[in-house]
Amino acid sequence: MSKMRYSRRTVLKGGAAVAAASTLAAPMVWAQEIKDITLRQFGTGVSNLNDVATKVKEDLGFNLEMTALDSDSVTQRAATQPDSFDVADIEYWICKKVWPTGNLQAMDTSKIANYDKIVGTFRSGKLTPESVIAQGTAPHTVGFVEGPGGKTFADNETGWMTLIPTIYNADTLGIRPDLIGRPIESWTELLNPEFKGKASILDISSIGIMDMAMVCEAMGEIQYGDKGNMTKEEIDKTFAIFTEAKQNGQFRAFWKSFDESVNLMASGEVVIQSMWSPAITAVKSRGIPCVYQPLKEGYRSWGGGLGLSSSLSGMELDAAYEYINWYLSGWVGGYLMRQGYYSAVPETSKEFMTANEWGYWFEGKPATDVITSPTGDQLAKAGDVRDGGSFTERMGAVACWNSVMDENQYMVRKWNEFIAA
Amino acid sequence: MGKSRDIIAYLQAAPLMAVLLAFLVVPIGMIVVVSFWGATEFSIYPAFQFDNYAFLFGSPVTYKVFFATFKYAFITWIFTLSIGFTVAYFLAFHVRTQAMQTALFLLCTIPFLTSNIIRMISWIPFLGRNGIANQTLISWGLIDEPLEWLLYSDFSVILAFVHLYTLFMVVPIFNTMMRIDKSLIEAAYDNGATGLQTLWHVIVPLTKPGIMIGTIFVVTLVMGDFITVRFMSGSQKANVGRLISNDIALLQYPSAAATAVVLLCTVLIVIGVLLRFVNIRKEL
Repeated sequence: MSKMRYSRRTVLKGGAAVAAASTLAAPMVWAQEIKDITLRQFGTGVSNLNDVATKVKEDLGFNLEMTALDSDSVTQRAATQPDSFDVADIEYWICKKVWPTGNLQAMDTSKIANYDKIVGTFRSGKLTPESVIAQGTAPHTVGFVEGPGGKTFADNETGWMTLIPTIYNADTLGIRPDLIGRPIESWTELLNPEFKGKASILDISSIGIMDMAMVCEAMGEIQYGDKGNMTKEEIDKTFAIFTEAKQNGQFRAFWKSFDESVNLMASGEVVIQSMWSPAITAVKSRGIPCVYQPLKEGYRSWGGGLGLSSSLSGMELDAAYEYINWYLSGWVGGYLMRQGYYSAVPETSKEFMTANEWGYWFEGKPATDVITSPTGDQLAKAGDVRDGGSFTERMGAVACWNSVMDENQYMVRKWNEFIAA
Repeated sequence: MGKSRDIIAYLQAAPLMAVLLAFLVVPIGMIVVVSFWGATEFSIYPAFQFDNYAFLFGSPVTYKVFFATFKYAFITWIFTLSIGFTVAYFLAFHVRTQAMQTALFLLCTIPFLTSNIIRMISWIPFLGRNGIANQTLISWGLIDEPLEWLLYSDFSVILAFVHLYTLFMVVPIFNTMMRIDKSLIEAAYDNGATGLQTLWHVIVPLTKPGIMIGTIFVVTLVMGDFITVRFMSGSQKANVGRLISNDIALLQYPSAAATAVVLLCTVLIVIGVLLRFVNIRKEL
């Protein structure tokens, strides 16, 4: 298959371009041909932004085609259609699932200019030297392989990275403070009978199970060995608690897509639920109060990165490295941070943010002026402080990472039963 | 002579045969084959094992979900049939001019010019806790608290099904009703039959093929659906289609294929039973 695609492109560009790519390594020289290159990227909606594609064309000269899909479809595509993409924008737990298929190739970190500036979470696993590594599929555990072609993950920085981290955040529950009217401090509140018929969780098994685990552990019902890698008994107990809650009518609905979560919250169908940070932003931008509530048990975190298709080679591969270096150089980071995510190389992003934005989003300081999203919606006014505080407070309080478990198939079947219960 | 005519007949049937083979028989054959395969986290491998079926028939969830699927199909059928029959009856026997009949019939189809999903989703803000329906009922003083069961319940699922599929009942019933010889009805009245007797003993038997075609449409559509159940129940209810779609989303193709095969057999059995009641081909 990859041969076929290559020959199609060869025809499109004329044989000369390919010959040039194989002999000339210096990027400047292929300035002419680069205009014809199109990198096809797919991933979840969070970072597949058209603004990024436009900026790539402007700064680097080549085309970036983006496809946004939900997490399940992303996994499916990365695992089954390696020739349908050049760059995969996937989460670390997806990487754990699809890396063994051999559809992605490891990246040489010596070609990544800002590698040394990447946040410790993605390299040694420690945000600060004192940090305790959270449970689940922590990014550094699936971030490296022994060398090109390596199929198993390495436990140290080998110089060959599976994904170049681009975007990550710490997730918690979203609440409607106006409809709840009292402080919310713990994950246990999700199953509090006070919110009967007004709670929701997400119907994506690999993430939903983690939110469930946070709740069960906070309730003191279950002590997990590792929430990110549960035993069958732990899975059974977790589902037993949630099935009972479901049958008692605790949940109004489950959501699968971003928009559904926004609508549930904005319409008041739900007052407390699993949520993603831009969804909070979307609810707020409609003038409805919504808080991304920090909870005492900590956050459930996730991280995404760019992976390269194993069929990429020659000039396209060079272009992909160029693109990744550009990605970490600050503009995208600034753009994502102004949406409430974090960039893997925060210090380069700082140059693309105002002091007010940097203070609000990264340092957890009160805003000195109005904070707007990259698309111009007002998100906060002067004096507001970000929910959860600074980068180190939020990312330092991660309790577990999104993950896939050894008992994943069993968990998925249980999840199906839970939905049908 | 006879032989060459045979060959010509085969050749004439060949294009249709090829299309059916390529787009119906082969895909279904593939699904059956894959249903015996095994799956890992991220790939499927050829095998001949009964694991998928064993798990399917061994799980109480399967029976529950099949029961829910039949329940949706049956209740939807009752409602679409009674509404569809009434509408078709009105169009066929109460509207006198053909122009008016055509106009009213087209009117019935107007909502169906929009997409299925939009027609379904537009119910959500209407039925919600703070939706138009609840606000209206509260302002009329009929209820004090918003009705929770209007949305994300079996009620909303079935409401959406009835809304989506009633036309599939109206069209075939209307079609068969239009073919009923009016003199038969006059004869019934002349012989002293009441309106109800005429309806039950003349019109219903003669409309059976239409009812049956409509029934097959509705039952197969409802039994194969997954998106309506997902949206209208807020992912809280499941039918067989959702089991399959969940499996596919999680890359468990063999297990999805096994469920699909069982569903296919179930639907075929249902249709087989239905066809025992009415011989559609004979009556068309």
